[in-house]
Amino acid sequence: MLDDFFIRSLLVSAGVGCVAGPLGCFLLWRRMAYFGDTMAHSALLGIALGTILGIKLIVGVFAIAFATALFLLSLQKMVKLSNDTLLVLLSHSSLALGLVILAVSGPVYGHGLLSYLFGDVLAVTWSDLVMVWTGGIVCLVVLASLWRPLVAITVHEDLARAEGAPVERCQVIYMILMAGVVAAGMKVVGILLIVALLVIPAAAARSLSRTPEQMAVLAAVIGVVACSGGLFGSLALDTPSGPSIVVTATFLFLASLAVQPLVRALGSQ
Amino acid sequence: MYWHPCTGQGRDLTTDSALVEVRGVCVRRKGRQLLDQVDIRVKRGEVVTLIGPNGAGKTTLVRVLLGLMSPDSGSVYRHASVSVGYVPQHVQFGPAMPISVERMMALTRRPSRTEVEAALDETGSRYLIDASAADLSGGELRRVLLARALLRSPDLLVLDEPVQGVDYIGEADLYALIADIVARRGCGVLMVSHDLHIVMAATDRVVCINHHICCTGVPQEIVKDKTFQRLFSTRAGIVTAIYRHTHDHEHDLVGTVSASDGGSHARSGSPWEHNDAG
Repeated sequence: MLDDFFIRSLLVSAGVGCVAGPLGCFLLWRRMAYFGDTMAHSALLGIALGTILGIKLIVGVFAIAFATALFLLSLQKMVKLSNDTLLVLLSHSSLALGLVILAVSGPVYGHGLLSYLFGDVLAVTWSDLVMVWTGGIVCLVVLASLWRPLVAITVHEDLARAEGAPVERCQVIYMILMAGVVAAGMKVVGILLIVALLVIPAAAARSLSRTPEQMAVLAAVIGVVACSGGLFGSLALDTPSGPSIVVTATFLFLASLAVQPLVRALGSQ
Repeated sequence: MYWHPCTGQGRDLTTDSALVEVRGVCVRRKGRQLLDQVDIRVKRGEVVTLIGPNGAGKTTLVRVLLGLMSPDSGSVYRHASVSVGYVPQHVQFGPAMPISVERMMALTRRPSRTEVEAALDETGSRYLIDASAADLSGGELRRVLLARALLRSPDLLVLDEPVQGVDYIGEADLYALIADIVARRGCGVLMVSHDLHIVMAATDRVVCINHHICCTGVPQEIVKDKTFQRLFSTRAGIVTAIYRHTHDHEHDLVGTVSASDGGSHARSGSPWEHNDAG
């Protein structure tokens, strides 16, 4: 029989993987993988602020990740620097600032730094599970309702705007959803690996799909399989859970490359 | 809606059938005057071509007219019932997004497969319906995008560089197709171009722009213009030539090609070079 804690972590990570896949598709389509990375790194600043202010860490992470995304967008308009420069600037300064603030408030490693960086999904509680699933379902419903305009904006922003798509609203809501996934993903694979959970399932889904919708659904499925497969792997081999999940996702990506010719052959019939 | 409302008091847009009208529009960005007191109007059944050198503000004007950008001053009138089909200049499908032509036709609305087929038929691209959008050639992509715009049953078609990425023979076909659509549907067309073929072939009115409106008129009149003829008997840059013919003002434009040595814009084989238009 599986232990309670293992079932909990299985359900939490599957929930996160299911939402991260479709959201990650947009990171691929819009070439914003590093944007996701920057939001994820800013999570440590969120943890630090949450610790100081005594609020729930997940709330601090959510708020800071969203603020970072907004700040990045305004920096892009204000500063004459290329995007990758801005991303590195924000990503690493928020990571460093988070560590500094944590150090001021107490010994850094006393805060369980490693569990923030690489996740500690085996320690999730029932209330974490409820929060992740509620948030996850809300996320998916919102994403589904905005799906068509979001895809249209991704193809051509001006065209979508000219045809009445609510461009700004969609972009802000997308960032809120991303901040939610970062906050939840921190529990599962940790700050440093969240972006892998967003990008790798989507990348694996790419070669197997013919429409954006197929790719999103497939990415969700691959995300769930990677998370549960990774957890079982970590149980069997006694390896850390977060990295095991990411390694499993990578194997699934490689497998998708292997079956790609088969899918093409079926599709061309 | 992103459109500026039709606020013209007492104006009856149905009698003069202006689909859209821009008046006294000025746009300034980053210290540069992109548009200066620009007026333009497009009527039903009329093809208006906007020409001008690179960076003359053509696309800016289109964006203002579409409501994608607010002018600093001036106004845009468009009746609420006028539906617009827009084909942007650059649409690129990266390899990361799997998207078929059929799905692309349904970006912002949900047409039925029959509607999609009919629209694609009208631009001769029905055979592409199941193709991947990323695999289309330049000409195929323009036709599919045009079909996409037709799905909206547009009163006004706004085509930014409609022959972008299309080879020389394909260009003529595309212009003929646009003329067909106008004849069949009676919609108005605003086209942006730096290509003069269209000016003669299928345009009712030419508007030359270089931040301000340099001149406007029917192509036949513009061709009869003495300066125009002199300029076109040389191998001068075509774009430069056409907006220069009413020079009552100076331009200081980087990249402007002079009439005598401007080989860079010249297109050998262009019928314009041999046009005596007399």
